[in-house]
Amino acid sequence: MMTLPLFFFYLFSIIAVASALMVIVARNPVHSVLYLIVVFVNSAGLFMLAGAEFLALILIVVYVGAVAVLFLFVVMMLEVDFGQMRRGILQYMPIGVVIGAILLLELLLVAGSFVITPEVMSSSVIPIDNTMENTRAIGLVLYTRYVYLFQAAGAVLLVAMIGAIVLTLRHKPNIKRQDVVRQTSRKRHEAVEIKSVKSGEGL
Amino acid sequence: MNSDITSFASLAPAFPEMLVAAGAIVLLLFGIFTKKERANGVAMAAVVLLVATAGIVIFHPAQGVIFNGGFIADEFARFMKVLVIGGAAFALILSLPSSRQHQLDKFEYSVLVLLATLGMMMMVSANDLMSLYLGLELQSLAAYVLAAMKRDSARATEAGLKYFVLGALSSGMLLYGASLIYGFTGHTQLDLIVDQIVMGERSIGLIFGMVFLLAGIAFKISAVPFHMWTPDVYEGAPTPVTAFLASAPKVAAMALLVRVVTVSFAPITSDWQQIVIFLSIASMVLAAFAAIGQKSLKRLVAYSSIGHVGFALVGLSSGTAVGVEGVAIYMAIYVTMTIGLFACILALRTQNGAVEDIAELAGLAQRRPFVAAMIAVLMFSLIGLPPLAGFFAKWHVFLAAIEARLFVLAVIGVLASAISAFYYLRIVKTMYFDEPVLEYAAVPRELTAVMGVTGFLVITYFVTVGGPLAAAARVASGSLF
Amino acid sequence: MVQAIVFLPLIGALIAGLLGRVIGHRVSEYITTGLLMVSAVLSWIVFVGFWGGESEVMRVEVMRWIQVGDMDLRWILRVDTLTAIMLIVVTTVSSLVHLYSIGYMHEDPHRSRFFAYLSLFTFAMLMLVTADNFLQMFFGWEGVGLASYLLIGFWYTKPSANAAAMKAFVVNRVGDFGFALGIFGAFMILGDITFDGAFAAIAGNEDVTINFLGGEFHALTVISLLLFMGAMGKSAQFLLHTWLPDAMEGPTPVSALIHAATMVTAGVFMVARLSPIFETSAVALTVVVVIGAITAFFAATVGLVQNDIKRVIAYSTCSQLGYMFVALGAGIYSAGIFHLFTHAFFKALLFLGAGAVIHAMHHEQDMRNMGGLRKKIPITYALMIIGTLALTGVGIPGTPFGFAGFFSKDAIIESAYAMGGNTGMFAFWLLVVAALFTSFYSWRLIHLTFHGPTRADHHTYDHAHESPNVMMVPLYILGIGAVLAGTVFYDVFFGHGEHVTHFFHGSIVVNEELIDQAHYVPLWVKWSATIAMLLGFAGAWLAYVRDPGLPARSAAANPGLYNFLLNAWYFDKLYDTIFVRPARWIGRAFWRGFDDYLVDQTITEGLGNRIKGITAQVVRLQSGYLYHYAFAMLIGIAALLTWAIAAGGLLG
Repeated sequence: MMTLPLFFFYLFSIIAVASALMVIVARNPVHSVLYLIVVFVNSAGLFMLAGAEFLALILIVVYVGAVAVLFLFVVMMLEVDFGQMRRGILQYMPIGVVIGAILLLELLLVAGSFVITPEVMSSSVIPIDNTMENTRAIGLVLYTRYVYLFQAAGAVLLVAMIGAIVLTLRHKPNIKRQDVVRQTSRKRHEAVEIKSVKSGEGL
Repeated sequence: MNSDITSFASLAPAFPEMLVAAGAIVLLLFGIFTKKERANGVAMAAVVLLVATAGIVIFHPAQGVIFNGGFIADEFARFMKVLVIGGAAFALILSLPSSRQHQLDKFEYSVLVLLATLGMMMMVSANDLMSLYLGLELQSLAAYVLAAMKRDSARATEAGLKYFVLGALSSGMLLYGASLIYGFTGHTQLDLIVDQIVMGERSIGLIFGMVFLLAGIAFKISAVPFHMWTPDVYEGAPTPVTAFLASAPKVAAMALLVRVVTVSFAPITSDWQQIVIFLSIASMVLAAFAAIGQKSLKRLVAYSSIGHVGFALVGLSSGTAVGVEGVAIYMAIYVTMTIGLFACILALRTQNGAVEDIAELAGLAQRRPFVAAMIAVLMFSLIGLPPLAGFFAKWHVFLAAIEARLFVLAVIGVLASAISAFYYLRIVKTMYFDEPVLEYAAVPRELTAVMGVTGFLVITYFVTVGGPLAAAARVASGSLF
Repeated sequence: MVQAIVFLPLIGALIAGLLGRVIGHRVSEYITTGLLMVSAVLSWIVFVGFWGGESEVMRVEVMRWIQVGDMDLRWILRVDTLTAIMLIVVTTVSSLVHLYSIGYMHEDPHRSRFFAYLSLFTFAMLMLVTADNFLQMFFGWEGVGLASYLLIGFWYTKPSANAAAMKAFVVNRVGDFGFALGIFGAFMILGDITFDGAFAAIAGNEDVTINFLGGEFHALTVISLLLFMGAMGKSAQFLLHTWLPDAMEGPTPVSALIHAATMVTAGVFMVARLSPIFETSAVALTVVVVIGAITAFFAATVGLVQNDIKRVIAYSTCSQLGYMFVALGAGIYSAGIFHLFTHAFFKALLFLGAGAVIHAMHHEQDMRNMGGLRKKIPITYALMIIGTLALTGVGIPGTPFGFAGFFSKDAIIESAYAMGGNTGMFAFWLLVVAALFTSFYSWRLIHLTFHGPTRADHHTYDHAHESPNVMMVPLYILGIGAVLAGTVFYDVFFGHGEHVTHFFHGSIVVNEELIDQAHYVPLWVKWSATIAMLLGFAGAWLAYVRDPGLPARSAAANPGLYNFLLNAWYFDKLYDTIFVRPARWIGRAFWRGFDDYLVDQTITEGLGNRIKGITAQVVRLQSGYLYHYAFAMLIGIAALLTWAIAAGGLLG
């Protein structure tokens, strides 16, 4: 008996997997990014079905709203010729297919052996509390139990920020910049010089 | 109720990390608000900070598991943290004289090294797959940036990019493995995973998770076949950064590997042993062969480091306390030799820039006898000739392997060691027996000092530090078993 | 005192060897010779103590040498009667040879080295004879082998000298191999390598068997035979004799010292010293007798036709050593030692005399180019006659009148007869015939060298002159020994059984009954050797004085026999075919095939090339392309997963 949630689960899953495939096979890189957005949206749907509304919405906001759009701009601006890059890769297609097939086969073995044992469920570190909406639940552990990981993640982001600045920021000596302090603290006599110009000569 | 942090004092085991983190931020702010020329001052401050941190680790160690099992401070972590901090501090010192040539005269450089060190310390102390991953990423991300920091150099940029992309791939593998392990055991905490393995039968999913996890870590220690980035990055990155990458992060990742396999996967030792032996043999053999064909000194050092990781893994392969002790000793000696070697490489400068080709070392013994002698000593130590430190490093790991009856591994190791002697000796031959071609610039005092210290340790290892080091390594490995 | 006897030569050797260049040749010569003379005088003092029967066995500990497991080996200088006899033989002859060498070698530019070697040899020989255990004896044994090698090859610019030195060393290795095995066997069976301990342990192990070469054998027989193999090598007995004639390439004093008086008798000494072990095995004693008799006969026949004056004496030595072994094998060890003792004097005399002749003839050694020297060098001639009389055993049976060799040789022939049985008779007759031959070739030597018209070229002959006193004095002393050594010491070596027992004081096995039996052999036996000697003398006179053309005619009439003897029964050729050529072939095969081709070209160079090839491959892997690297990682993870599944047995 197919219930509605189950139907949506399969719908989102199939679309997500199919779109993921399209991300790598699409010829036009812009299309790839668009497919990526589809994958994100469907993943958000899966989160929603699992009852993780917070994660679902964050996924939409951050990944679709910010990351994917940034990607899109980058891809459009860089004008990378993926076709040429792919030509080199095609040369290794046969062996690539073999390796991929082996990996897939082995991972299927894993999938086949996966069982949710009762012990695993009961030993969960933080049992799901259905009385609480999950934004609140995350908030309760994020700054207490997981404060260490939270801070560490902060450090990672700090490094990312420093890295971005170090690698891209260039101080160009010949560019004039606005200096608000200097601008506002300027006195009239520093800014204006009165000259008497003789007629018929100009400056 | 959700946290075990009830007071500031209960954070004691994490004080060293907190000090580094706070210090990094202070230096960052200081750097932003002062002049650009102060970069070397910031670096000196960072060195002081690291020394202070090492002081805390050595003299006021607080042990325990905090942050709800996410962080552990034990003897093993203590030993490895000293190595990590020491490696980072020396790498910073090495960068001082030539920071301008390498475009490292920015305060961000020191801050990034500090943050990378923080990440490495977190790796060493990680007791949870999540903290493990975050520590690893913190270190890696900083390392990517450092490698690409000489942004006007195409080679450095390329190195950084390659490192980043491949690193991302390896992180993906590691995360995939972590999720499989979580899925099959229900835990991310290392010492709880082991309980699940003991309870249940080992499942193929768990093994796969472990393999992916180990592959991710193998990338960080640049074990074959996850080593491909190493030669390119070592060659492309500015030399002081290469010195850093070759020393401390290797130690941290190795410590991580040791902790994961001995704590979480103790019941399935025979499974991870297979993987580690595979990585070990592949690393030793490939590095021995590949290094012979190198012309660039830095690429050669890259392969040399791959080979040495292979040798260290020989110790881990045994899966015993003695083996881990051997790994700890090996990494300590490896860091020392690496720092010394890079001090020598950085000391080789001409009017036109750095000397990076092996052929350009011709006749160095006549021009710069001290540097040549140091290189020769380090080469002999890297080969593993007694009574130099490198011999004892290999001695400990091979001994562990033989005690664990891994004779084939030991034999292959010795053979690889013999082959590797070829390229080390070739450098010695070039320095001592070929006619000089270059005029070398003066050697900065900092580098002479570092060479002197490392050379002294390497030569007198047996009579000076050997005993205490082995004792400390024994205590460290004892805390894991 | 004992330490002084043993170590003074060593000190001399070190001084001459290490400081020779600094202190000069003359000083080196005086120091080594002087020290050895002191050593010789001390030896005589020690010996007189034993001769009078007052001295007891002395065991002087030098140091604790080796402690392994329950083996606590001390370096002890043991002096008993047997050792005392050897001490005087060694030190007396050695000091005389030192003295003689000052004259003989006075033109050689490396004299101090020569004297260092001589003293070193003497030290090693003294170590051998003062040994208190097997290992010490082995040390001395190898020491004299080394010194012998150095001395034979002293003129190292001469290829023949180098070859001879190597030959001596290699042939001795064959014997030493047996000797070493014998020592191991003795240690295994008897559990002790000190002589006293080992002899004491014989009592309980007489019937023990040992697995040797795949069969069970009587252990002590095997050990005795192995030890005898060592003796055969060192004492140049039949089958292992080939090195001794070639060793004549060394300087003549060396031949006198090493290859006549001392080192070659080490085998005799060793068998006598280990007589308690040999006594347990009738088989071993029989072998000793047979080998000794064959050697005595064989070497005498070869000596008949040699033309080199030194080679004649060398084969004579070989032959006389055979006599000694017959006595040992017959169970009358004292007779063997007696002959060793007397032989040392007259053979050294003959060698040094021959050296004087060679010296006079400007290093001409071929007797066919001599003759008529009696007038030129009368004193040397007289001394050589004395030596020959002693060697051939001139004396009147039944009286105390006779030269040294007369008493000892007759004692041996009588011992062989007294031994009886097939072996004894076999030995007896061979020895008698050998005595005839001995007489013949000895007188042949005298006739060819001193009598008749000279065949030397004028220049040489005219300049021939008597040697200086420094060379002649040793000859006088040895001459006295050659005359008196027999008659003076006859009683203690081969007199009444009780006297012999009393004299040797348990240092060797003395069978009084057998000695007395030897005394009461039929009269014709006692005269047999003398008659043989007279026949030999007559034959030599006939062939070389009366009718000098006779030898050439008989040689022409019997070319086969003549060449057979001239080439020493073709032993060198035989060994060359059996051992040397195959060994060379194997050596070549290993050198060309194994070392050159397999090790050098295939393994070493091949491996090097292989490594280069692999390196090129590996370096090519490092293409620099990002996707190659990523791909390598994926292959790696796939390989690891597959490996984990396969090795972990997750599929089955």
